[in-house]
Amino acid sequence: MAIETRKKRPPSLIGSFRATSVAVVLLGILVGTVIVACVGKNPANLFKAIWQSFVGQYNRGMGRWSFSPLGNTLTYAIPYVLCGLSMGFANRVGMFNIGAEGQYMMGMLAAHAVAVCVPSFPGQWLLCIAFAIVAGAIWGGIVGVLKARFKISEVVATIMLNYIALYLYRLVALYILPEGISNKTYQTAPLATGSLLRGIGISVRNGVVVLGDFQLNIGFVFMLIAVVAFWFIMEKTRLGFSLRATGFNKEAARCSGINDTSAISTAMAISGAFAGLAGACVLLGSLRFGRIIQSQDNYGFMGIAVALVGNSKALGTLIAGILFGALRSAYSLMQFMNIPREVVNIIEGLIVIFIALRSGLEIVKAYRAKQLLKKEAR
Amino acid sequence: MSESTNGYAIQMLGVTKTFPGIIANDNVTLEVKENEVHAILGENGAGKSTLMSVLFGSYAPDGGKILIHGREVKISNPNVATSLGIGMVHQHFKLVHNYTVTENIVLGREPKKGLVLSLGEAEKKVAALSDKYGLQVDPKAKIEDITVGQQQRVEILKTLYSDSDIIILDEPSAVLTPQEIDELLDIIRLLQKEGKTIVIITHKLNEIKAVANRCTILRRGKSVGCIDITPETSEQELATLMVGRPVKFDVDKKPFNPGRKILEIKDISVNNALGVEKVHDFSLDIHAGEIVGIAGVDGNGQTELLYALSGLSPITKGQILLNGEDISRKSIRQRVELGLGHIPEDRHKHGMVGGLTIAENTVLKDFYTNKYTGKFGVLKNDEIYKNSDALIEQFDVRSGQGSVTPAGSLSGGNQQKVIIAREISLSPDALLVAQPTRGLDVGAIEYIRKRIIAEREKGKAILLVSFELDEIMSLCDRIAAISKGSIVGIFGEGEKTASEIGLMMAGVKSSAKGAGRPGSAAASDSGTDR
Repeated sequence: MAIETRKKRPPSLIGSFRATSVAVVLLGILVGTVIVACVGKNPANLFKAIWQSFVGQYNRGMGRWSFSPLGNTLTYAIPYVLCGLSMGFANRVGMFNIGAEGQYMMGMLAAHAVAVCVPSFPGQWLLCIAFAIVAGAIWGGIVGVLKARFKISEVVATIMLNYIALYLYRLVALYILPEGISNKTYQTAPLATGSLLRGIGISVRNGVVVLGDFQLNIGFVFMLIAVVAFWFIMEKTRLGFSLRATGFNKEAARCSGINDTSAISTAMAISGAFAGLAGACVLLGSLRFGRIIQSQDNYGFMGIAVALVGNSKALGTLIAGILFGALRSAYSLMQFMNIPREVVNIIEGLIVIFIALRSGLEIVKAYRAKQLLKKEAR
Repeated sequence: MSESTNGYAIQMLGVTKTFPGIIANDNVTLEVKENEVHAILGENGAGKSTLMSVLFGSYAPDGGKILIHGREVKISNPNVATSLGIGMVHQHFKLVHNYTVTENIVLGREPKKGLVLSLGEAEKKVAALSDKYGLQVDPKAKIEDITVGQQQRVEILKTLYSDSDIIILDEPSAVLTPQEIDELLDIIRLLQKEGKTIVIITHKLNEIKAVANRCTILRRGKSVGCIDITPETSEQELATLMVGRPVKFDVDKKPFNPGRKILEIKDISVNNALGVEKVHDFSLDIHAGEIVGIAGVDGNGQTELLYALSGLSPITKGQILLNGEDISRKSIRQRVELGLGHIPEDRHKHGMVGGLTIAENTVLKDFYTNKYTGKFGVLKNDEIYKNSDALIEQFDVRSGQGSVTPAGSLSGGNQQKVIIAREISLSPDALLVAQPTRGLDVGAIEYIRKRIIAEREKGKAILLVSFELDEIMSLCDRIAAISKGSIVGIFGEGEKTASEIGLMMAGVKSSAKGAGRPGSAAASDSGTDR
């Protein structure tokens, strides 16, 4: 009996929470629609903006179809998905990583330093990315070690480290990295050309698909690789097994000989690596200049929402990240349609609230199931 | 109220309660006569607890009706149940430990004079009640200072204080010593004499025989019958009704033939998480082919002893040798690799990972070995499933979807089978077994005991910790009584009676005389009852 039923194994990519996630997103957009209507604007334009951020729009100035809204969507999706993976990975091991923001900044700083200090050479961007991944991993790993060895709450530690990362970035960029030429307070010396991420993209010209104004960069490819790596490590490997076991029941994992200290540290380091990569992609792919960071970019925090909607699974996080990217891309489109763009913030907020409600429901459900089990055990 | 009754205190007619995927109660009928002691017997997952939860208002039934004293009622929450005169004593007491007995009893209906709490009246009433029903307990004592048996009396007093005339006792003897169980049975008889109706949920057949007038048997969510308990009713008969097939009570054991020393515990002391020493200078040897039982009341260092042996917590002094090798500083995984198995006391906390599948739980301790992990650390899922399919078959684990069922969704007995399957499949030299049958039904108990005996016959060294003296006495070759973290006596099978061991467990009498075998008893402070 057991052998035939093996095929019933639930698909492990998104899991069984799909329906709720979809419902939560739709509900968020629905309430957003009502709000748009309440402020006296046409809600149809909201949907139009979201639609356009997926398929592009007709650009009158250029006289042709422009894919750049889609390009924006996918470009925004890079840090969203990567930070979502960061949050999700830690979440699967039973931790709440609020530190993706700090790990993202440390990754960005490492990439920044390599891009500014090392003279340009072809393939420099690979070196930058490697440094960013390592820097993010260290920043996350610190939290893991603090948590595993000294039982310091990862929530508190990551919030603190976010601030440390921000001001460390400013300190290093202002006083250590080579100075900017025109404006020393806002820019360091320019990034070496070899460090910038190559753009990829397509557009349609005279009915022919050509490479062009699609503003995507190869960070997107790295993001896809990260999604696959997440899935592979978590679902397929020995390491993932010990991480999942630790995440579900740390005590039982420990009792079975799994080293929970190392599982927690490793998980936080890998979690940080995803966020670090996000930092490099944003700096080298989107910003493309030696920005001295002024405040947190908030990609790390959006990652929390992305991971929650994606249920901390690889494919789910990818889809959720692209969706949040689309909302962000619609942000600028809505300006032209006379819709207050803050509606996007409201929708994002609503999705987070609804998803949190779901998490609450799950906790209640799990608690009741446990009680039931306990009762049965008597 | 009694005029309107039809002779029945409780009638639950055709009660059905379903949970997603499970029918917990399928058209169950329970009829309890006025002023009788009515036992509810059933295997685990048979629906006893669900039925009582429906009666107590914790769950709303999907179908059927409930009559209390002949009147149809709707019990939507426990407060309604209380107002109908139904009181419930849960298996795990719901008491506030730093409150006094009286404070606990009046909790939620505190007597007030103006804004001030007045406990004087309540104390008098509690004292009167405890006198009337033989529930000896000091109304002013704090809960943390009284024994588990007395705490249970407080729970019973709570139901009496709220004028309950129907008292439900959920597995009342699970936490008690043999003497306390006898006292409890006396209390039940007295309650009955004073006109109360008692419903007792238990899986201990001898207790049913001792106090119950009638017994309703549930099997797989259905009531299979209600029988009168007479002196002629045999335990065998009850067990057969409950399980649906004849059950064997005696365990077949080959003669005791111990081999070499496998596990040597030398003078170890262990602290609990708060740094309080719970195990003190504990020494014991366990040989190949023997089962050594640790008999003791819960909380006398058994948990800490097992934590120390399995590697969950460090020892503060002494040595633990496995096959002559000192393992006291080794990691848990190293101990597993050296041949130490562990069936933990708390299967939810330590035994299994509920979120993982059965298959994943069966390889929880050796998933990293070459057997299950291939190149680049990739798991060999085919091997893992092959292993678990075989174990499911071999250990008769019943589940909805076979190997891919989440372990957390199994019933208690099947979870325990998964854990035992994993531990036995690793073929350890020494096996630590804690509370292997707690909360399980007769069928599962029979099976699990058989498995443990089979490991003994294979020449394994087994340390069995159980709060059920019957279990210790029927399985073990040697028994070590433990009190306050030290051994108070070691004896061979059949050397002492249950009540002698019971007294020792309670710390009343201590025997310094060992059984002439290695690992002699460490005499401890005697005659100091807590």
